[in-house]
Amino acid sequence: MDIGINNFIIAVVTLNNEAHVRSGGSPIIYAKDEDERERVALLIAKTTRGMVHDIGLGTYIIVRH
Amino acid sequence: MSISTNFLMIIIALLMGTMARVSMMRVDYRQYPTYPQAYLSHFTLGIIAAALGAVAIPAIASKEYVAVTFLALAAQHFRDVRNLERQSLDNIEITELVPRGTAYIEDIAKAFEARNYIAILTALATSTGIYLGDYFHLSIILQGFIGVIVGYSTLFLLIRMLRGKAIEDIAEVKEATIAFDGPLLTLAGVPVINIGLKASREIYLNNGKAVEIIPKDSYGRAILANLGQRQALQHNAATQLGIRRDIDEPDFSPIARINPETGSIVMALIPIDSDIEDFITVVRRTPILESSKKKPIK
Repeated sequence: MDIGINNFIIAVVTLNNEAHVRSGGSPIIYAKDEDERERVALLIAKTTRGMVHDIGLGTYIIVRH
Repeated sequence: MSISTNFLMIIIALLMGTMARVSMMRVDYRQYPTYPQAYLSHFTLGIIAAALGAVAIPAIASKEYVAVTFLALAAQHFRDVRNLERQSLDNIEITELVPRGTAYIEDIAKAFEARNYIAILTALATSTGIYLGDYFHLSIILQGFIGVIVGYSTLFLLIRMLRGKAIEDIAEVKEATIAFDGPLLTLAGVPVINIGLKASREIYLNNGKAVEIIPKDSYGRAILANLGQRQALQHNAATQLGIRRDIDEPDFSPIARINPETGSIVMALIPIDSDIEDFITVVRRTPILESSKKKPIK
């Protein structure tokens, strides 16, 4: 049987280095610009088969559905 | 009743029942994955079903009433056909890029069971026809003729009765616009899903196709709201149009969402090289699942 994690935020990739994004359950990766944010988010999503969502505040979350 | 009439009755009824089963294998191109091995096993089961139906009347006519219990055995056996088909579809479900969904699988499994009963009933009707011919002392050719007519009309009626409806009977399908409201993929004004990656959004805008399925009445609305029905729509569209995605690209899995204001469904998909007309046709021809049917008050 295939057992895995669903509906879980695997990682947070953000440009927002300030008070909005702080540590939580998932690792937070601070990107220096938009290109880096796109690339890191894509790499994490591809590795974990997750999906990238834009939640505003310069922040992407990668969620496994 | 003579031995030769019995023989004629069984042979003709067997042929009619088998023919009934074979004719239904041809009809359902969508549901039947025509791999030759499954084709053969269903053909064989069809012959067995027809044989069971064919021998019932001659058995009763020769006062072998216990033979009827064989029909009960047959019912048990063909319920196993449903289980078998369900299990096999369940097993390959994880290998589908867009799963069929349990409701669709259940519908297909039920259809396979029902088709065996059609074979039994056709054979039974045929042998009844021949028995009646014999009862009225008609010639042997006329007996066979009556049997075939009765069997064929039974088959015709049963197929008509079981013929399900398609989406086109309950809803209109038309093209929908694809737009992005920030990161939200929006189809015909309905926000569907949050697509983060800019590259994915580009692909949606350039290659994506979307449809809106507008129910004609509250009956259609109840059917379209059913999650199993929507999964079947997604599966049919993806398998028949081809879908430009792999397992690690959840961004592009087709998602059918309801517009809570109107009850219509919007669905987007990135086909490999089909145009919007194909997409609309596939959606229109998707069968309505038995389990999604409801009867709203108005």
